[in-house]
Amino acid sequence: MTGIAVRGVAKDFAGTRALDGIDLDIRPGELLALLGPSGSGKTTLLRSIAGLEPLTAGTIHFGGEDATGLRVQDRKAGFVFQHYALFRHMTVAENIAYGLTVRPRAERPARHEILRRVEDLLDLVQLPGIGKRFPGQLSGGQRQRVALARALAVEPRVLLLDEPFGALDAQVRKDLRRWLRDIHQRTGHTTVFVTHDQEEAVELADRVAILNRGRVEQVGSPDEVLDHPANAFVAGFVGQAVRLDVTVAEGRVRADAIELGAAPAGIPDGAASLFLRTGDIAVVRSGGTTSGVVTAITRSAASRRLEIRLSDDLPAVEAEVSLDQQVARGERVALTIRADRLFPATR
Amino acid sequence: MSEVRNPTAASALSEPRWVRLSLILIGLAYLSLVVLLPLAAIFTEALRKGVGALHEVFADEATYSAIMLTLTVAAITVPLNLVFGVAAAWAIAKFEFPGKSLLITFIDLPFSVSPVVSGLIFVLLFGAQGLFGPWLAANDIKIIFALPGIVLATTFVTLPFIARELIPLMQEQGTAEEEAAMTLGASGLRAFLTVTLPNIRWALLYGVLLCNARAMGEFGAVAVVSGHIRGQTNTMPLHVEILYNEYNFVGAFAVAALLALLALVTLGAKSLLEWRYGDALAGKSRH
Repeated sequence: MTGIAVRGVAKDFAGTRALDGIDLDIRPGELLALLGPSGSGKTTLLRSIAGLEPLTAGTIHFGGEDATGLRVQDRKAGFVFQHYALFRHMTVAENIAYGLTVRPRAERPARHEILRRVEDLLDLVQLPGIGKRFPGQLSGGQRQRVALARALAVEPRVLLLDEPFGALDAQVRKDLRRWLRDIHQRTGHTTVFVTHDQEEAVELADRVAILNRGRVEQVGSPDEVLDHPANAFVAGFVGQAVRLDVTVAEGRVRADAIELGAAPAGIPDGAASLFLRTGDIAVVRSGGTTSGVVTAITRSAASRRLEIRLSDDLPAVEAEVSLDQQVARGERVALTIRADRLFPATR
Repeated sequence: MSEVRNPTAASALSEPRWVRLSLILIGLAYLSLVVLLPLAAIFTEALRKGVGALHEVFADEATYSAIMLTLTVAAITVPLNLVFGVAAAWAIAKFEFPGKSLLITFIDLPFSVSPVVSGLIFVLLFGAQGLFGPWLAANDIKIIFALPGIVLATTFVTLPFIARELIPLMQEQGTAEEEAAMTLGASGLRAFLTVTLPNIRWALLYGVLLCNARAMGEFGAVAVVSGHIRGQTNTMPLHVEILYNEYNFVGAFAVAALLALLALVTLGAKSLLEWRYGDALAGKSRH
């Protein structure tokens, strides 16, 4: 198992900075998600690790070996492309065997050995018996699996996946997520995948690296990034929060002259951004730190979701209540707000 | 080439039967008048005096040399444009570089310039009074009124065919498959041979056929640079004109028929390919 060390990596595209000094340690055998909005540089970073993009500055080490100067062919990084990039004129078996058949004669396994490996990999990705088909005859999910088998065939040192589930529909995504997690546990490859879907990142990855404008904002376990976002960007990007512009004064948080609740210790007085998730807002029978008007109620299997307006000028926030709690639309309810994710405004 | 054929689409059209029939008839009539009739006339004229007269025409030394010259020119021109076309399409489709749109414009230039003008350009460059004329004369190199001139003019006129066929296809296919090949250990050349070339093979073949058809049939540009020296610099199209002007109608139409036959074979080969590999041709745009 090979770890990856990214040090001070920068990448310019025609004058625009796509990566701006990235430092990132990917531990041997871990499954790491590169999460960020589009244009954050996550795909560029993945391609840089693979050797598909020459760096403007910085170094990349694979397990202690400096890979910065290595050509893409010599890095032995398995890469799964967003749209799979299967060779359309080759059969599935030929696709998977490609990395083995292009080796120089001395390093190339014997023909029957290659065939056996292809069969094994098709079993691993749960697609036995489709070796003779062409990529055009497969569904999106099947292509994704073939692309992974092809990348694994060359026994890569690390496995890199670019938006692995981006082009698939919701149900297939869910199945493939579980399946990828499974494959990762079985093969143990150091795996990095790019996604813009925070739910996917926290559900699948051991650790999540959050990128924004070519920089790493935070690296941590799903628990860490969800519960202790390092800054306002991370708080806004993960956990589906509603952002409120607030002011902090004397330990109290106010928005638009409405008192919301107590500020956590250590937040200086002045303008700040508050990120509220459904779990931060509790509907209480009486008392509470503030109140709001219920504007919409939606039902899910085990609970009710309320859309609540604290005032006419503030964006609506969401709270979850149990099914036995009776609430009507238009009703004013008392609320307790936990202002855990409060960040002083930077500008 | 990427449209999805939908067999039920026709029944969804609501035009009355007579409208459809008249449209088809108008199309057929127009095609017959403009294309089929002249084509048929060529073959009837050629055969007017029987097969024996044809034999006489093709036994003629000058006719034989015209056919050979045309084949020689095509044999040089098509490979030249093949290499250039692939290289240009590769560069345009897979890389970003300054002057790219200028290059695309230049590739289209031969399509928009009159062939006669194309021929004149080479006379102005390499003719006796031309820019390089004195130097060429001093070194005893003949370009105008010789094979090199004809090849140059033909190459110029047929330059866009292969590149134009490949550029949209290669642009659409992008670079992901080549990148995938390289991450799997293939060298750039290996990726080109095993991934790029198979992906463009049908478009490439199509471009070669079109380029070849035009190379053999080009008249205007070649007429300017060839000098019409019988038995030496006369290509088939030029030979047709000479025979016609000499009132040798059977000869003129016989050679014309042969030219038309070559074009028909080319078209036939193209249709055969489309029929035989229609799925692969359509499939190349699928991902």
